[in-house]
Amino acid sequence: MTDAAALAIEDLVAGYGQVTVLEAVSLAAKPGTVTAVLGANGAGKTTLLRTISGLVRPRQGRVLIDGSDLARRHPEDITRAGVAHVPEGQGVVTELTIEENLRLGGLIRRGSARAAALADAYQRFPLLAERKRWQAGTLSGGERQILVIARALMAAPRVLLLDEPSLGLAPRMVTQVMDLIRRLRDETGLTVLLVEQNARSALAIADRGLVLNLGKVVAADDAATLSADVALRRHYLGF
Amino acid sequence: MQEFLEFTLGGIATGMIYAAIALSLVLIWRGTRILNYSQGGMAMFTTYIAWLVIKDTGSYWAGFAVALAAGLVLGSVLEYTVVRRVENKAPLNAVIVTIGLLILLEGLAGIIYGGQYRSFPAAFSIKGLNIGSVGLGISPNDLFTAAAVLAAALILALVFRYTSIGLRLRATAFAPAVARLLGVRIGRVLTLGWALAGLFGALAGVLVTSSTFLYPNSMDSIFVLGFTAAVIGGLDSPVGAVVGGIVLGVVLSYAGGYLGSNLVLVYGLAALVLVLMIRPTGLFSGAATRRV
Repeated sequence: MTDAAALAIEDLVAGYGQVTVLEAVSLAAKPGTVTAVLGANGAGKTTLLRTISGLVRPRQGRVLIDGSDLARRHPEDITRAGVAHVPEGQGVVTELTIEENLRLGGLIRRGSARAAALADAYQRFPLLAERKRWQAGTLSGGERQILVIARALMAAPRVLLLDEPSLGLAPRMVTQVMDLIRRLRDETGLTVLLVEQNARSALAIADRGLVLNLGKVVAADDAATLSADVALRRHYLGF
Repeated sequence: MQEFLEFTLGGIATGMIYAAIALSLVLIWRGTRILNYSQGGMAMFTTYIAWLVIKDTGSYWAGFAVALAAGLVLGSVLEYTVVRRVENKAPLNAVIVTIGLLILLEGLAGIIYGGQYRSFPAAFSIKGLNIGSVGLGISPNDLFTAAAVLAAALILALVFRYTSIGLRLRATAFAPAVARLLGVRIGRVLTLGWALAGLFGALAGVLVTSSTFLYPNSMDSIFVLGFTAAVIGGLDSPVGAVVGGIVLGVVLSYAGGYLGSNLVLVYGLAALVLVLMIRPTGLFSGAATRRV
């Protein structure tokens, strides 16, 4: 199973200073799947993403992208190896235009691939094409979420890490963002790790789910199985 | 009326020097939130290198080009070897390190070149221009000074706006964490920022020293005025740095012309205090609340 995984994490231990947040977390995500990472505040969801993308240095364990270990590498190298991390709370560079934000995402690619990626982005997101010369700070919360996802795609990643993409969005925008994630998986074969407080929405589009509690994996199964587990939902997922 | 014209044009010409120093400070401040107190020392040192080259080759332009190249190298070497260690530490560490670099550069210049005042050539004639019988208060060399700084600033603006290097520089200035996650090698970008700052400092040093003298502390007062110009412009804004330089140059030229030229540095400091009291974020900074 590990061999076929686009993203495999083995016994990952990480934390901040004296505090250990992740205690031997493992997971395997096949290419072209969405894995929802669920759990209460403080379960270690965000730390898991930050450790995969290199913002937090793991103390132990491996992070395998298509079989090669990226643990303890620098974030810029991990990004170049095909992992795109969209952190919580937007990350739009408001002082730059929408087009500049997008171009920023494609800088790690060859010059010839950049223009094609930009054209793809505008085709997929006409809203961004219409306003490409606008300052990114003029966009609404939902539009910014679209922009940061589009920007992450500019790098043509193998693995997309999304941290709370629905946070603070109106319900209609949550549906749009979730639809977008599903379409990206289906159309581009992207492997997505989706951290969400909103467990119901996340499991609705996910193939697999991983439930964290205090830094440990308490459940890992098909999304449908997790959704059907009433006790698990009550204990950890809050719906 | 003629006096007014002379003071205005002369002020703009001097102001372009302050603008170049201010630009060098802004380039570093935007990327690293470090105020580079050694900027004047760096400019002085590269001017000594230009002086040596001009003395040996007899060519002003060889010295000019070598000074700019030396500025690029000095800026990147200092960032890479010394400043990088304090970039993510408390601000006071960087203050002390850059002041230490200033003392080191001025000490080295004294040891290597001696402390005596040396004259430095001008690129063009320093005789004042006239239209008919009306003196303009500026020389062909002043025109060259203004044109050189404006051209450099314009090239910088175009690079910032239209190239992927410029995009990296701006993204790193505005949102380093985001840029890093998108694969931008922040370390290299910061080194480049210091290199460009070294270039603008070197330009200012070569241009201003033809109307003063070259000695180890020769850039100290120019640095203070360049810093004032940068603060007037808001420290964050390249456009502000240029406008701040011109405004300061003209104001000081009026003050020196009408009130007496002995106290120009004092007027400059008074202008700095006034700006900090009335509008501490400067005239052009849009990022006052976004301090990282």
